[in-house]
Amino acid sequence: MTDPAWADGEVLLRVDDLHKSFGHLEVLKGISMDVRTGEVVVIFGRSGSGKSTLLRCINFLEDPTRGTIELHGIQLTGGHRNRAKREKIRKLRMRTGMVFQQFNLFPHLTAIQNVIEGPVTVKGVSEAEARPLGTELLGRVGLADKADEYPIRLSGGQQQRVAIARALAMSPDVMLFDEPTSALDPELIGEVLATMRYLATDMHMTMVVVTHEMGFAREVAHRMVFFNEGVILEEGTPDDIFNRTRFPETRRFLDAVL
Amino acid sequence: MGAEAAQPSEAPGRWRRLWSRAEELNQRIPWAVKLTAVWVVIFLLIALLFNAAKFDTGWMRSNFWFISRGLWVTIFIAVVSIFFAIILALLGSLGRLSKNAITYGLSGFYTSFFRGTPLIVQLFLIYTGLPTIGQAFREPYRSWFLLSPIVTGIVALSLNYGAYMTEIFRAGILSVPHGQTEAAEALGMTYRQRMGRVVLPQAFRVIIPPTGNEFIAMMKDTALVSLLGTPIAWADPFRRATLAGRADFRNLEALIVAATWYWILTAIFSFFQRRLEARVSKGFVRQVAAKVPRPGGAAPGTPTATISSGGGTVVEVPEPEPRALGKEGA
Repeated sequence: MTDPAWADGEVLLRVDDLHKSFGHLEVLKGISMDVRTGEVVVIFGRSGSGKSTLLRCINFLEDPTRGTIELHGIQLTGGHRNRAKREKIRKLRMRTGMVFQQFNLFPHLTAIQNVIEGPVTVKGVSEAEARPLGTELLGRVGLADKADEYPIRLSGGQQQRVAIARALAMSPDVMLFDEPTSALDPELIGEVLATMRYLATDMHMTMVVVTHEMGFAREVAHRMVFFNEGVILEEGTPDDIFNRTRFPETRRFLDAVL
Repeated sequence: MGAEAAQPSEAPGRWRRLWSRAEELNQRIPWAVKLTAVWVVIFLLIALLFNAAKFDTGWMRSNFWFISRGLWVTIFIAVVSIFFAIILALLGSLGRLSKNAITYGLSGFYTSFFRGTPLIVQLFLIYTGLPTIGQAFREPYRSWFLLSPIVTGIVALSLNYGAYMTEIFRAGILSVPHGQTEAAEALGMTYRQRMGRVVLPQAFRVIIPPTGNEFIAMMKDTALVSLLGTPIAWADPFRRATLAGRADFRNLEALIVAATWYWILTAIFSFFQRRLEARVSKGFVRQVAAKVPRPGGAAPGTPTATISSGGGTVVEVPEPEPRALGKEGA
């Protein structure tokens, strides 16, 4: 279950004392966590506890009010943006892959065009060069035969797998999943989780996953982090969390979703 | 016996039967045939009216080419002006959506002034008012304020239509879900890449139909330039029609020729606009609609439906599943 390779891996992503407020509402109240290379971290907790906000702060889709994000030598602090910082944010984003709850595929592009859009536009790879990569990635998420379909012709599960392939195409250091199965019909959740499991176990991808899928967490996560009212209340291996939690809040949450 | 008595009670029955037979017959005639018949009748009535007014078709024939030769001026002014109007609208809309006070304020002033004043006033302001401002400058610059009627027309139409189209472009850009911007940002795209590759291509789906309408309206508004007294080499059909018609007292004949040309132009461009619409909706509609609704509205049972979007119409096939449209980021 636990892959020992990650345990002594170096710290890839470091979040240090991260705060985020929306007006008077403080959503994140000082979050610090490290993610090691190859590690799969599942963040869980009640809605409104700040899980998604943390994920969106990591790639600066949301500006942290205070605190530091460090990824692969790129260090960024919250607060005012200037030109140099914007450029740094872009560098950071090129190294992180994001998968959204609502997929957010580009509807005017086919599946393969969606996948290679990042390399072509952001990295300047030629379309001819990027296509084999796109085909390979679509194969990995099991959609090689849908390469030339527009997103509207794909099911929700297929769209989300294309979105995963699109994020992978930038060869990110870490993949961020923001409730990737919450918008899906129940019968489509399995295929997306299977793809994510494949990323974790076969590709040894570093992943930070916000999800309510506790079965997936138990099976795939190396570490689970419980969010409660903007702070990390508890973290540990799935075994620790499911069988030996000391916190009534965690217990109550698990009882509610399991 | 009851013949007289039965008559009044039978008569409505007979009429009702006749009427229902007529209705039945009516339903059996194809829609296209009926519609054609209506148009033919309209034209016949007009022809009768003109005939009674001693309509001079001989004069029309001999002056046809003189009037028609001005068509290229109409098309030239409209094409050049729509090009600049699109650029102005794009800049204006990005300004309206900007958080920068200078760009926001500038575009606000621009749209407010050019939408708040009549086009004809703007034309004369540029043609006769601008040279007065030029008096404040020395000679090489002073003559820059003296514009020819055609250049004036292009400048005024571009500015005026650009101001109106700013709203169209702004609405189009806003119609793209925010998730699209976020997805582009998450890939590491810059503002330009995001706009150019993700937002604008999707916004154009919403922008193109009303822009086509603006172009069609603009082709008609080019006739206003005639009022500046364009030289004959640059005279459009309207100016040529007024000149020729006034000389021979054949105003009706002359203007009918000009009017027909404007009408034909708008009909042609409306056709192409609908084709373009179907093309740009690719990826948003499951099957690209092949059928286009008739001008009179779809006949019952025709498998087409129209939805209005920002003044234009988008043609689409009724969706069998609720997620066919707008699933993205809904």
